[in-house]
Amino acid sequence: MLLKMYKFIVLFLLLPLPALADLSIEITSGVDNPTSIAISPILMKGAPLAEDISAIVGADLDRSGLFAAMSRANMLSNPSTLSDVYYRDWRIVGMQYLVVGNVLRQSDGRLSATFSLVEVAGERVLFTHVVKGRDSELRDIAHYISDKVFYTITGIKGAFSTRLAYVTAINESGRQVYRLMVSDADGARERLMLKSKEPIMSPAWSPNGKELAYVSFETGRPAIFRQRLDNAKREQLTNFKGLNGAPAWSPDGKSLALVLSKDGNPEIYLYRFASKAFTRLTRHFSIDTEPNWMSDGKSLIFTSDRGGSPQIYKLDIISRKVERLTFSGSYNARPRLSADDRTLVMVHRSQGLFHIAAQDLVTGDLRVLTQTRLDESPTVAPNGAMLMYATKRGNKGVLAAVSIDAGSRFLLPSRRGDVREPAWSPF
Amino acid sequence: MKFEALKPILACALLSSFLVACSSTPSPSTNNTDNGSSTLSTNGGVATGSVDDGSLSGSDIDTEGGIETVFYFDFDQSALKPESLAALRIHAQRLIANPVNVRLEGHADERGTREYNMALGERRGSSVSEFLVLQGVDASLLEVVSYGEERPASLDSTDSSWSLNRRVEIK
Repeated sequence: MLLKMYKFIVLFLLLPLPALADLSIEITSGVDNPTSIAISPILMKGAPLAEDISAIVGADLDRSGLFAAMSRANMLSNPSTLSDVYYRDWRIVGMQYLVVGNVLRQSDGRLSATFSLVEVAGERVLFTHVVKGRDSELRDIAHYISDKVFYTITGIKGAFSTRLAYVTAINESGRQVYRLMVSDADGARERLMLKSKEPIMSPAWSPNGKELAYVSFETGRPAIFRQRLDNAKREQLTNFKGLNGAPAWSPDGKSLALVLSKDGNPEIYLYRFASKAFTRLTRHFSIDTEPNWMSDGKSLIFTSDRGGSPQIYKLDIISRKVERLTFSGSYNARPRLSADDRTLVMVHRSQGLFHIAAQDLVTGDLRVLTQTRLDESPTVAPNGAMLMYATKRGNKGVLAAVSIDAGSRFLLPSRRGDVREPAWSPF
Repeated sequence: MKFEALKPILACALLSSFLVACSSTPSPSTNNTDNGSSTLSTNGGVATGSVDDGSLSGSDIDTEGGIETVFYFDFDQSALKPESLAALRIHAQRLIANPVNVRLEGHADERGTREYNMALGERRGSSVSEFLVLQGVDASLLEVVSYGEERPASLDSTDSSWSLNRRVEIK
């Protein structure tokens, strides 16, 4: 039988698609004592902007689970500069922090947002800062403010300006249509990267956040591609018989770890962009797959069933020494690491249900972070504070997030179709 | 994939629920014989076959001639089930008689991780491939393509749906 030529369409990206999957945030639980903060309306000469900056900042901070942003309706005053702030207005409603700011149009046409963070009890201005951008960058300005506020109060770098890549599968006229999408970390500004009638899977960010690698079946078999975000230029990297999967960009951006089964069964390979050479790293008759890098670029963690069930192993790339990392439970797979390499997150089966679990690689403690039953594809925010994963709600695939301490969680349900395989961008 | 009229094999095809009875299918050398026609009937769980003379009417049947083309697997397993073997032997006979390229598309249910399921789907496809090669099929005709859990036959998250999704499709 002739291999069918599959039709596929690459749509040039960065066209906003407001009506497509439309992720929206639904916070399902937060920490017990979130920090109270008020974001006074940030306006331009008293008039609203095309995007409600203070609402975006409040939603960002709420989503972290560490903050509770005050409802605007309850504010006793709406200062836009420090000189308008009456501390008593915020003290009597129990606010710990207050953000005030305003936007001006500069002579060059750009917008300039000045904002301050105030500690209410101490009547102290923690900083005043200015950020500039175009009219199209109002959401970026808002996330910038969120990052600055979050870092100042928690000491943790904010990840509100980062992005997500994910795959959607939507039934259109009786056929599944697959899309690779990129959105802001809050699910807004969704953009189409690739649309295909054949499956798309395993999106992975380049370390500079400018490219994605992924698996597409558009040629009739799985193949690994890389694609730039800015101009949709893409390149097919592999075309072997068998598996071509699980690409993972090395920390220096010069190579991919990936899985090929061209030699008979799934093995992990290193592909160097410069030489286009493939180097085989594992040699075992079992399944070896789902490689991910340690931050020093010298070791990989991966899934293997060489011990009889899928477990996580660590591979030293130079010595090829392999060490088993997980021992709890009969199914641990698709490892990802926090940026400090200390927390291993993975899919963990317990009592027949698939959850996301985190294992402290120093103490060995394993904690199950999720409560739903078909959880998969964990991805850790670059600041290590949250992780996102895919789960099912009814028969529908949705994205969900949980803090690494499992204290707070939120869902990003889509209005249409399945959403799956989130990949959190680097900073 | 088109086949010449392979009457003994067609007979088996029509009898797909009783393939074991036909597992001693004629050798390829009988493929071109043309001696009479076959009729088959099934009734109440038993199947009978008879042969009469001269009423043969040929017509194109679907590409796989009515034989099972989907083979199912147990959870987390890639071993062929006994009930798959008879139909696979018929596929092997056909491929020996009429060598054409075939895709063996391996699939997994949604439980577990996607790339691991890609590997599992490939293992299932390889089980079918190895069986066909053992029957004498030229290995170069066979390509295993795993779809993992990406192309489920049934979309529900239930045991019955999952059992339909753990499969290899011969195409």
